[in-house]
Amino acid sequence: MEIPYTIEERPDTGLINSKLGIWLFLASEVMLFGGLFSAYVFLRLGAPAGAFHEWGQELNIPLATLNTLILISSSVTMVMSWASLKMNDFKKYKLYMGLTLLCALGFLVIKYFEYTAKFHHGIFPGTNTFMSIYFTLTGLHGLHIIGGMIVNGYFLGSGSKMWTTEPEHFTNRIEIAGLYWHFVDLVWIFLFPVLYLL
Amino acid sequence: MSEHSMNDIKSHVKVYMIVFAVLAVLTMVTVAASYLNLSTGEAIFLALTIASIKGSLVASYFMHLISEKALITWILMLTLAFFFVLMFIPTISFFDWVNIS
Repeated sequence: MEIPYTIEERPDTGLINSKLGIWLFLASEVMLFGGLFSAYVFLRLGAPAGAFHEWGQELNIPLATLNTLILISSSVTMVMSWASLKMNDFKKYKLYMGLTLLCALGFLVIKYFEYTAKFHHGIFPGTNTFMSIYFTLTGLHGLHIIGGMIVNGYFLGSGSKMWTTEPEHFTNRIEIAGLYWHFVDLVWIFLFPVLYLL
Repeated sequence: MSEHSMNDIKSHVKVYMIVFAVLAVLTMVTVAASYLNLSTGEAIFLALTIASIKGSLVASYFMHLISEKALITWILMLTLAFFFVLMFIPTISFFDWVNIS
């Protein structure tokens, strides 16, 4: 069975179905992370004055800054992989998609070192309320990175066969995967100052 | 693909590179600002302002919201409204706590 409106726009919405679908999903994701950001505000207001800032001093700002730059770069390579398909350059698509995955992997490796350094110093989610919301938010964000890597990995590997049979449909798939990936970057753009800098 | 849309994409790519540079610079600015001796209120305001600018850039250009259909804009405005309600709820508990004692 063919999936309707993957290339042609649906007349009543003016959108392809997958684009409307991903935006509705991202809206639900805003509420998911929003709930946890709300918990952060709640815990911060409930903690003794200045305690949240003090507990946050344990975090490694240089590593997180590097991770921010890596994630921004991966967003650029992701949008470039889509633009390459638009310009009919499949080789460049593969290059940029590969770079996107590499950046994602780099992000996770740095995050792993950050986590293990904390555990090594006896800091766990139960240490204080700051650490519990820190591990929850960054952990959930990390899961989103892994999810994006699985999808992008499929589109780099066997999923890319579609380019030869249905190039337009495939290009749209990459755009949709990109929207998700940019959202994950966008969440980090807020997580970074809220958790590390304030 | 027509010559016209090909040139369109090429000009998009230029914009992506500019946005990338601005995002990188703003990241360094927000880190540098955190080392200044600002009051908590000032620091929160500055950090969230910079993050909002960065977020808007990503959403507008990488996610193409700037040229997207109105339906998506409406969905997101509704989402944003509920998001701010979520952010406001904890402050209610804060004021409530003042009244208990």
